[in-house]
Amino acid sequence: MAVARIDVPKTARRGDVIDIRTLISHTMETGYRRDYLGKTLPRDIITGFTCTYNGAEVCRAVFHPAISANPYLAFSVVAADSGTLQFTWTGDNGFTFTESATITVA
Amino acid sequence: MRRRKPRSSVLDPRSCNKRRRFLATAGGLAVAAALPSTATAQMNRMPPNNMPEVIRRLVGTAKVNTGRVKLGVPPLVENGHLVPLTVTVESPMTEADHVKAIHVFTDKNPLPEVISFYVGPRAGRASLSTRVRLADTETVVAIAQMSDGSFWSERQNVVVTTAACLEEL
Repeated sequence: MAVARIDVPKTARRGDVIDIRTLISHTMETGYRRDYLGKTLPRDIITGFTCTYNGAEVCRAVFHPAISANPYLAFSVVAADSGTLQFTWTGDNGFTFTESATITVA
Repeated sequence: MRRRKPRSSVLDPRSCNKRRRFLATAGGLAVAAALPSTATAQMNRMPPNNMPEVIRRLVGTAKVNTGRVKLGVPPLVENGHLVPLTVTVESPMTEADHVKAIHVFTDKNPLPEVISFYVGPRAGRASLSTRVRLADTETVVAIAQMSDGSFWSERQNVVVTTAACLEEL
């Protein structure tokens, strides 16, 4: 089971640009490595990431095998209203993981 | 037969480790001899990195300008498995003028694509920070796609000491 760490400020002033950092545990197997018998290890990566703010999409990312294990992604969001930020990761072999954080905008 | 008194060196974990290491190496050599397919053979079988073609497909007939994009990646990295990378694009990020997407490519990884990041005015700032794998000493290219259809880019060469992606377990 994956573990995700999210860093979102608890409070912000309306209109501020806030920084968000996300980290999720995942091997991100590239599909190019081989085991000691020479067999290629099948690809198993996170391919997509979405961040929504009160239901509206803020940003979206497409990951390729060149993203390191335990993908880290930091970006910014305009603090518009109090509410929920939802982060969703999707990947190979039906991987999905959702995490959310609440923010109070004054 | 006289029973040998256990000598300290036999029980010494260091000497055991040495023996294990020898066995492991010998086994490894036997496996390597049995399997002629090496990392280079693997690389030869893979299609070559076609970064210019992939960028051309993304950009189409538009011109890729230099500037407005700031690519932050260390010029020399020891470990290609975990290379910090930041991309910041100069933009007011308003409804009328904003960055639509940031794409990162490399020219010597097995695949040229690294990340595609789609943003909009809600992000406030067009910046992203992540960690990437680099398979070789190579050029990293960041391309920003603006809402007016223009493309801006910056490229930087990175020297990698320990490569990622192609090593064996």
